[in-house]
Amino acid sequence: MPTMNMVEALNDALDVMLTANPDVLIFGEDVGYFGGVFRVTDKLQQKHGIERCFDTPIAEGGIAAIAIGMGAYGLRPVVEIQFADYILPAFDQLVSEAARLRYRSNGEFTAPITVRAPYGGGIFGGQTHSQSPEAIFAHVTGLKTVIPSNPYDAKGLLITAIECDDPVIFLEPKRLYNGPFDGHHDRPLTGWAGHAKAEVPEGHYSVPFGVADIVRPGRDVTVLAYGTMVHVALAGILESGIDAELIDLRSIVPLDIDTITASVKRTGRCVILHEASRFGGFGGELSALVQERCFYHLQSPIRRVTGWDTPYPHAFEWDYFPSPARLAAALAAAMED
Amino acid sequence: MSNLPRLRLHIPTPPARPGEPPRFDHLDIAAAGAVRRPDSAAPGQEMRDLPYTLIRVLDDAGAAVGPWNPGLSPDTMIRGLRAMLLTRLFDDRMFRAHRQGKASFYMKSTGEEAIGAAQSLALDRADMCFPTYRLLSWLMARDYPLINLVNQIFSNAGDPLRGRQLPVMYSARDYGFYSISGNLGNRIGHAVGWAMASALKRDDRIALAHVGEGTTAGGGYHEALTFAAVYRAPVILCIANNQWAISSFFGFAGGEATTFAARAIAGGLPGLRVDGNDFLAVWAATLWAAERARTNHGATLIEFLTYRGGGHSTSDDPSRYRPADEWEHWPLGDPIERLKRHLIHMRAWDETRHAELTAQVTDAIAAAVREGEAIGTLGQSRPDLDAMFDQVFAKPDWRLIEQRREAGL
Repeated sequence: MPTMNMVEALNDALDVMLTANPDVLIFGEDVGYFGGVFRVTDKLQQKHGIERCFDTPIAEGGIAAIAIGMGAYGLRPVVEIQFADYILPAFDQLVSEAARLRYRSNGEFTAPITVRAPYGGGIFGGQTHSQSPEAIFAHVTGLKTVIPSNPYDAKGLLITAIECDDPVIFLEPKRLYNGPFDGHHDRPLTGWAGHAKAEVPEGHYSVPFGVADIVRPGRDVTVLAYGTMVHVALAGILESGIDAELIDLRSIVPLDIDTITASVKRTGRCVILHEASRFGGFGGELSALVQERCFYHLQSPIRRVTGWDTPYPHAFEWDYFPSPARLAAALAAAMED
Repeated sequence: MSNLPRLRLHIPTPPARPGEPPRFDHLDIAAAGAVRRPDSAAPGQEMRDLPYTLIRVLDDAGAAVGPWNPGLSPDTMIRGLRAMLLTRLFDDRMFRAHRQGKASFYMKSTGEEAIGAAQSLALDRADMCFPTYRLLSWLMARDYPLINLVNQIFSNAGDPLRGRQLPVMYSARDYGFYSISGNLGNRIGHAVGWAMASALKRDDRIALAHVGEGTTAGGGYHEALTFAAVYRAPVILCIANNQWAISSFFGFAGGEATTFAARAIAGGLPGLRVDGNDFLAVWAATLWAAERARTNHGATLIEFLTYRGGGHSTSDDPSRYRPADEWEHWPLGDPIERLKRHLIHMRAWDETRHAELTAQVTDAIAAAVREGEAIGTLGQSRPDLDAMFDQVFAKPDWRLIEQRREAGL
């Protein structure tokens, strides 16, 4: 089975879908001839033609609107927003249009679009190339929000997204493109080669939405994470010596509530990890759900390890970015209560 | 189906790709001095020809010709030349510093130095520029301390923005330079709002806004243009048409069928199209628009035709999408060489003095880099960590107070 990094796996998913379905097409800033600033659409224009993969004006609101219109016609556009930080000009289109088109037209029109965006920090990108806006999309009903943590899932989830009849926000942790980054920024970079989830089957396969992955089973505490934080969590768990169960949510809408609930009922403790800032973050929703469903099983307060409630601070990236040490401290605190 | 031809989509492709000879035959370049100069108070509808031509002052021999010649003194032009040269050499030095691991990121203004340099010197100190990240020459022309730039680029303890921003995303209010961010097109509306406030307060300050041609595709640009026209705001709206937005050529911003200056016509504004590599033309057009704004005749849109000589940023490799030698064939030349030629033509300059200026500028850069390195480069030194939680709000609320403690501060 071929080994791929996450960029190659995403590229392969797009290639498979362009080949399989003539209604699939790709557009966005720099995605055509150049192949995308992160190379995710590399060679797709050359292989599938300029009408299947093309460049657009620098106008995210326009990109989203055009995708919705094409979706209403019957195509399946996959658009790239160059950085998730730049998705906000498209926000009105995604929230007021894509998310509600099916509902308000009683199913006459739908927006089966996929909006890909490199997201998250860890690349010294400062406040406009580092943010994690998943919670603001999760809050909008009618949108699905997906965040892969490895090449295998990335390809399978992207194929599911393209085949999905609802609009999907597909957030790609860019710090994971080239390796399973675990938060130890001062150590040598590790690539995907040799990682079990870098074995990516050829051709078509899918990973369903709403099915979480138990990355590491454990008895004492449940850790909920997604994206880059899955790898940070694993490092933090191993360093803590605590027998924690790590759940990779994979999609936050739809959310695999059953796997979460079953785990917390078993462990009695829960720590939530995300890169985005804390207040109003997706951790708050997870915490409320766990409390509502597992209250009589909880042995300690639910804890959140997150980015701070500040804009993303360029020079202080590694003080902002949740570290394995911060997770380990939270696990220890959860066990002491 | 009828027997009409089936529908087809036009997807723009640039004049040349890597391996092909550069082509600029789509450009219709007026001779220097050929374009008329209307009175700056003239009604906008009387100058609808201007967006389709090109205002130029410097001819190929280095002479300044025609009605737009601002008649600058040699001293003023030498100041402009110094600012452009300083920008060019500083950019090269900082690009290398990034490659040496001393900075996280860098963006050069190479080829576009005339625009900021001329405007910075032509406008008043109290006016406000809302820049893009390719307008460093504005700061250079106002003698912004090089050490401040270096410290921000190195993200070290001397960073004037205290580690909060990327290199090149400067903020320098006292130099008439508004805070830059990577979100393109978000601040052209701020310039209009700032100018409207100046008018409401019966002040005499005007605003200058910059976007690249790529950014004119977005809504922020069109909304700002509408407000500027509706309220006759005292603002100059500038588009630096440098041909490339990362890998997207000007055609993806709508530049195949019209000029960017011509967008002014539908908005009810005067539109000037100007040789952006001609220091004197930039100066003259800016001053014309400033006069118009200061006399309550409202906003002007100016397209500066120029070329992005380098990559988009240190993360870019332009040889993957455009001919490597395209800049060498750019028909409007190099702004530094053109002003130098003019000064020599006027007998106010020579190669010896130019070499002296180059040496002096190089020394000033080296001194600033040494000073910054003594504080530390990326990762060796950084601003006080307190800056991370400070200034999120005027006064921190309990969340930030608790999180500071959680972070061990």
